[in-house]
Amino acid sequence: MLSLSDKKILNAIQTNLPLTSHPFAELGRITGLTEQEVLARLNELREKGYIRRIGPFFDSDKLGYVGTLVALKVQDGYMEKVAAAVNAYEGATHNYERKGKYNLWFTLLTQNVAQRTKILDDVRALPGVESVMSLVSRKKYKVNVKFNLK
Amino acid sequence: MMDALDKKIIRAVQSDFPLVAKPYEALAMRVGISEDELLSRLRQYKHNGQIRKMGAVLGHYTAGFSANVLCAWVVPLEHMDEIAKSMSANTAVSHCYDRTTTEEWPYNVYTMIHAKTREECDAVVDELAEKNKLTDKVMLYSVKEWKKTSMRYFEEELVCQTVNV
Repeated sequence: MLSLSDKKILNAIQTNLPLTSHPFAELGRITGLTEQEVLARLNELREKGYIRRIGPFFDSDKLGYVGTLVALKVQDGYMEKVAAAVNAYEGATHNYERKGKYNLWFTLLTQNVAQRTKILDDVRALPGVESVMSLVSRKKYKVNVKFNLK
Repeated sequence: MMDALDKKIIRAVQSDFPLVAKPYEALAMRVGISEDELLSRLRQYKHNGQIRKMGAVLGHYTAGFSANVLCAWVVPLEHMDEIAKSMSANTAVSHCYDRTTTEEWPYNVYTMIHAKTREECDAVVDELAEKNKLTDKVMLYSVKEWKKTSMRYFEEELVCQTVNV
């Protein structure tokens, strides 16, 4: 179970990790802990999987990347192999099997459209792939994975 | 534009964040620059919006948010901005994107919804539908997670460079 001070640390670090020499000392001031206590708690929380990632979260558009959501119709018996082939692409970051006529959905980030076209052509040619849709993002209204722990 | 040092910095800071008293000093050492130089570049990226958040993302299970659904909607283009913003204001919605459509796939707005149970997810979807007077939607429940990672930027270039050398 998370203690009240764990929840305070997690709420604070989800919002902002200061870009200063001693960021954890600053988190400590917010939560009433010492720098060393904050570090010890964060180490344990990360180890136990409460924290997925710490660091900078980049805006892919502003780094020059292009993004799309790709939906595949995969025939029975081919799912595992197709999913593995998709997973092999660095830019395929989220890959989920879902209910419906399109049954495999993955997000794809590439440095340019040509790279994306090449990957989509390769995916389309995989055995068991019946159909491919590329749903390009036109506008991001919200990207914010943040949970308020009470 | 990103120069070679920017890309080197981004590659260095996107892997394991050092949980030590002076993490930026440790990261700067990976890059081979001073702590001050690293901090000033990172502050610049944040200012430019290249870094949208400096901090942490929790595992969904941490907060007990174990249910999620990707819901795709048909939103009339003339109300796109208003409806997408209204959907984004719902705290259960983590992602809201406007996307292109195809002839057989008319859904243009995608919302990722997180909640404690599937019933709560369904209730959020009903609430969004009612509030925005939307009837045409598809709920894409996940059956299996095959991959979930954070993007690692500019890594492929490094592979190419190594091969060329």
